[in-house]
Amino acid sequence: MLSKRIIPCLDVKDGRTVKGVNFVDLKDAGDPVELAWQYAQQGADELVFLDITATHERRGTTIEMVKSVARQLNIPFTIGGGITSIADAEALLNSGADKISINSAAVRNPQLIEDLAKAFGVQFVVLAVDTKLVEGRNMVHLNGGRLITELETEDWILRAESLGAGEILLTSMDHDGTKNGFDCLLLDKVARSINIPVIASGGAGKVEHFTEVFLQTGVDAALAASVFHFGEIPIPLLKEELKKHNIPVRL
Amino acid sequence: MIGIVNYGAGNIFSLTSALERLNIPFGMVNTEADLDKYTHIIIPGVGHAGTAMQKLEQTGLVGPIKALKKPVLGICVGMQLLTEHSEEGNANLMGIVPVQTRLFNKDQGIKIPHMGWNNISHKNNLLFEGVETDTQFYFVHSYFIEYNPTFDIATANYGMPFSAAVQKDNFYGVQFHPEKSGTAGERLLKNFSNLKL
Repeated sequence: MLSKRIIPCLDVKDGRTVKGVNFVDLKDAGDPVELAWQYAQQGADELVFLDITATHERRGTTIEMVKSVARQLNIPFTIGGGITSIADAEALLNSGADKISINSAAVRNPQLIEDLAKAFGVQFVVLAVDTKLVEGRNMVHLNGGRLITELETEDWILRAESLGAGEILLTSMDHDGTKNGFDCLLLDKVARSINIPVIASGGAGKVEHFTEVFLQTGVDAALAASVFHFGEIPIPLLKEELKKHNIPVRL
Repeated sequence: MIGIVNYGAGNIFSLTSALERLNIPFGMVNTEADLDKYTHIIIPGVGHAGTAMQKLEQTGLVGPIKALKKPVLGICVGMQLLTEHSEEGNANLMGIVPVQTRLFNKDQGIKIPHMGWNNISHKNNLLFEGVETDTQFYFVHSYFIEYNPTFDIATANYGMPFSAAVQKDNFYGVQFHPEKSGTAGERLLKNFSNLKL
């Protein structure tokens, strides 16, 4: 049986992981390679690196980081942030990334999804969508929720699937950072409407939230950052709990 | 020493990294003469099976690979190339293992691609030595190799049973990615490098 995936997300800037990470036995919390390796040891099923490097000139550093991670990591990983072209994606693929995630570049140029899928296969293309409820409608947002678009979230996801997205990473900006749980209502609607995997993101605060999202929705994976980084939810414990609820996990 | 068939179908950085971590020496196979340099051969592959077959044909290696008597391991699309035919691009493949590569049926309520960790039950083949049955491996694919009891050495289930690994004589294939399947995948690569015929 296919397992539900648990995915820690790491923010990366200039080849270094940022945001406080609080592993006891970590020598260098800013070293993405060591951090990634630790997560793999803990039983993470996959990792997502979000590159928040501001300038295009520094992308080379990111490429080097991806290579270092790929050399050491024995589980799959996705890299997102700043990918706007086939050439960007190809450089990351050749550096050992399993998937890339695109967000605003796809909103500005939906054709990019199709071009990437044709060039590298749908399995390589993750579409990240940041959504926020505005006057009762779920709308796609950019720039971390600051910029609203004209796209309705569910429509955009359907279109992305038909263009060749292989997976959807759906972050609810209303839930993100609240630690009050995932947006199960929207996630279930989306997971039912498409035939590609969905990663739930935004709102994880405790173990029960993961149980909820897997029991109440059809999502395939759940992503979180701070609850993992600060050791609030140890991954082995989380998976044991999910298993108790008969949710298929990799132990 | 392992020779990796270098025919331009997908990226091999993760595979070579895994071999480096395991201290398994390897080199690249670009020509027929290169096949003689290695004791074991890996055929990697990601992407479209039909396109991958075209690329392999362009290298002129199809005939020489079929004639090999040393252990050969196809990974993912590399495994599918060992079969007779794929529904992907309606392509005739190498036909080393007489089975078909077919598209998953989404009417069975499954998502395509089959992406993530799935458990396999294996038949104690040497390739899986030290790997417990029911161990999970990482899969990413939309096409699968039909279950055939003669050639199946590990089975997985996604909507229906399919072959996660096959063997015919010295030819082995795994649908999952051992280089991305944690310690179990690393063990499998090590086992392959130790296979003797």
